[in-house]
Amino acid sequence: MAVKDYIRERFFPHLWCPGCGHGIVMGAMIRAIEKLGIQKSDIVVVSGIGCSSRICGYLDFHTLHTLHGRALAFATGLKLSRPELTLLVPMGDGDAFAIGGNHLIHAARRNIDLTAIIMNNNIYGMTGGQSSPSTGYGDLATTAPYGNIDPSFDPVNLVLGAGASFVARTTTYHVTSMINILEKAITHKGFSVVEVLSQCPTYYGRKNRLATAVDMMNFYKNRTTPIGSKDKEKNPDLIERGIFIQEERPEYCAEYAKLIEKARSQ
Amino acid sequence: MAKKKKGKPVINREWCKGCGICVEFCPEDALALDEMEKSNLAYPDKCNSCGMCELRCPDLAIELR
Ligand code: SF4
Ligand code: SF4
Ligand code: SF4
Repeated sequence: MAVKDYIRERFFPHLWCPGCGHGIVMGAMIRAIEKLGIQKSDIVVVSGIGCSSRICGYLDFHTLHTLHGRALAFATGLKLSRPELTLLVPMGDGDAFAIGGNHLIHAARRNIDLTAIIMNNNIYGMTGGQSSPSTGYGDLATTAPYGNIDPSFDPVNLVLGAGASFVARTTTYHVTSMINILEKAITHKGFSVVEVLSQCPTYYGRKNRLATAVDMMNFYKNRTTPIGSKDKEKNPDLIERGIFIQEERPEYCAEYAKLIEKARSQ
Repeated sequence: MAKKKKGKPVINREWCKGCGICVEFCPEDALALDEMEKSNLAYPDKCNSCGMCELRCPDLAIELR
């Protein structure tokens, strides 16, 4: 199938700003699904609120546009009732780490078979550039005009600590590896988290002297490195990308099915 | 790397927002923004059909055909 078979063309050109990374992530999701050959009708995309959540309107799968930060809660309910479906949960950093932080850690703890795709642009884009839990120390935001003093979360360590069984990081520059990682994350039986560094040129970029989408993608190209590379030893400030963990662990829906079986037999 | 696709980029001018991502990251410098700030295959002979412009366009405005 062609990319156009996976989108709702009537909503294009989409509403994201020129150069917004979210469109690149959406394109990578489509290509990963195309490669895996999953039927459109077997996929549900559940999103929360924010620029990232618009993905739900543009993709031609079953889609649920839910509440800010609550996408994983809705997705958990849906997955438990229809475990045969493939669920993708695109979120923004505000969505996933701030208001939705609790849902994120508990979905990770339960190891429920969902794929969370966290488009991290280090800012709240839709509401006008407020700082988020992933805004860096010293970065500028509408709510941090003199520089942010809150240390940011390391999303990868956060979800590793909470028990996610598949955790990866990639960027919009590294789009072929993003497609590859998404394929693995979607196939993985358990809770998968893929953090994608995704540019918001309009708010984060403009405020932090990374004026254009191209500048920001050059930053991802030059300031990230594969996990465990020699460059990382020399330059500890580089951000690692790749798959941090991929482990088979008891999956929540399967455990729940066993429990029902057990209760029925008594 | 991207799987080799046959064909050359065809740009949907209605959807292109002129962000310049495809132009900047084309390994062969085959693309350019025109006077309307739309991407355009300015040097077709240079294009090696790698498909990276198609994958990186945030607006799904490029298709290799
Ligand atoms: S405000 Fe930022 S995140 Fe939102 S559409 Fe524009 S560039 Fe993308
Ligand atoms: S990447 Fe897409 S939207 Fe940006 S200039 Fe190229 S064709 Fe246009
Ligand atoms: S297919 Fe590759 S070489 Fe050709 S224009 Fe696109 S990025 Fe450049």
